[in-house]
Amino acid sequence: MLNKTGIPTKDQVLSRFPDRKALIKPKAILECYEDIPCNPCSTSCPFDAIEIGENINVQPKLHTDLCTGCAVCVPSCPGLAIVIAQIKGDRAVFKIPYEFLPMPEKGQVWDGVNRSGEVICDALIEHVAITSKTDHTAVVTASVPVEFIYDFVTVRVKQ
Amino acid sequence: MKHHELIIIGGGPSGLCAAKMAAEAGVKVLIVDRSPQLGGQLTKQTHKFFGSKAQYAKTRGFDIAKILIDQVIHHPNVTILQEATVVGLYPDKVVTVYQHDTYTRYQADKVIVATGASEKFLAFENNDLPGIYGAGAVQTLMNLYGVLPGQDIIMVGSGNIGLIVSYQLLQAGVHVKGIVEAAPTIGGYKVHASKIRRLGVPIFTSTTVQRAVGSTHLEAVELVKLDAKWQPLPGTEQIIPIDALCISVGLSPMHQLLSMVNAKTKYINELGGFVPIIDDHHQTTQEGIFACGDAVGIEEASSAMMEGYLTGLYVAEHLGKSHPESHALKEKYEHELDMLRNGPFGIKTKIGLEKLRKDDIHA
Repeated sequence: MLNKTGIPTKDQVLSRFPDRKALIKPKAILECYEDIPCNPCSTSCPFDAIEIGENINVQPKLHTDLCTGCAVCVPSCPGLAIVIAQIKGDRAVFKIPYEFLPMPEKGQVWDGVNRSGEVICDALIEHVAITSKTDHTAVVTASVPVEFIYDFVTVRVKQ
Repeated sequence: MKHHELIIIGGGPSGLCAAKMAAEAGVKVLIVDRSPQLGGQLTKQTHKFFGSKAQYAKTRGFDIAKILIDQVIHHPNVTILQEATVVGLYPDKVVTVYQHDTYTRYQADKVIVATGASEKFLAFENNDLPGIYGAGAVQTLMNLYGVLPGQDIIMVGSGNIGLIVSYQLLQAGVHVKGIVEAAPTIGGYKVHASKIRRLGVPIFTSTTVQRAVGSTHLEAVELVKLDAKWQPLPGTEQIIPIDALCISVGLSPMHQLLSMVNAKTKYINELGGFVPIIDDHHQTTQEGIFACGDAVGIEEASSAMMEGYLTGLYVAEHLGKSHPESHALKEKYEHELDMLRNGPFGIKTKIGLEKLRKDDIHA
């Protein structure tokens, strides 16, 4: 599936989520399903929560207890394959990488999009961070109804 | 005739890294590059790079170019010729250069050929219509000059370049109608594929371009599905209106200058085509002429940089000069290069290099 369409399977996606209890606090979801030579997620993490090790051709492993959801890894991943997820009541709050114009603005409602590129829900833009450290990759905080927590992956401006 | 200890042909990632090491070892280096700016393909790369710290991972390609250029441009041992095309290389290490309507001959003690690669193209009906580009041209137009190649585009090839350029096209506001891949699976990193897919771009595997449609310019393309033996399946043809088609079906090492000096080359599919036979120090079968980067086998820019550093160190030694940290640096870059080739994506290169070495012994 992934190697024909670019869409990971539901099982692949679920394998990267900690259990829902842990998601009361924000946690990194590492959607890297392939052994590629790359390790900036691991080296950028200030809390040593992402492990790759000496051989950089392995997929990153998250130490959920060490991850604070700080989102430093989000713009550090060259594959834009990391989001931060958190459950807040009936909302799932995400921090996602975004590299398109126009940039979303706080308070706007954008389309919530799944891994196939389909619009699945509304996404409320809660914050947009873009600093010299993120090197032109914005880290967008967006919330969606919690039932979309395993489906939502990015936002798109409403047409 | 002007004399330089070392002439490096090509100022891309590999050539620049070789220049840094050789210059630091005390070698007088001349870099000859045909472009108006140094950095090779890196100058067009707007995405963040993979790899580890030693390859400037998570830095955007054009910023890596700036770092590599800064490392050499002010070094007293380095001279740079830009907009200068090497038109001849001879076994006695004479290099002839055409620059600004002037033809000049240079004598080198050693030469490094770091000419990179050229794009492969596809044969199909009407493939010369205006609107059909190689991925390199699209990146040059769009990322260097700010010119869009079209409004509605199809990408042919799902290797990393095809996927990355598709993403850049989307960023520039071009409608990417799909990515076509003849193989049954996506060629490049899946993180790149997922990035494109969630933006709504479909990837058609086991599909190829049958023909382009149009009289004065591209108006549409006919795609066709392929069976398990890569043969077109009749009845699966589909015509899609587009005004641009981008071909990204791989690269071939630029070995031509090496053929000019009769350095032995060998066709190795895994390395992208004809590559020079090189020894452990990246020396070709022609004494004093070395090669590194994509010119000796297609890989990522990260590997080209590591090879460049190593080749710079080796050549300095051949010139009787040693980098003050030669031993440690060689160990470091050999380790880094090995690491980059250690995963599933590096296997192809490893097999290719093994074939090359084997041939070397029996040659």
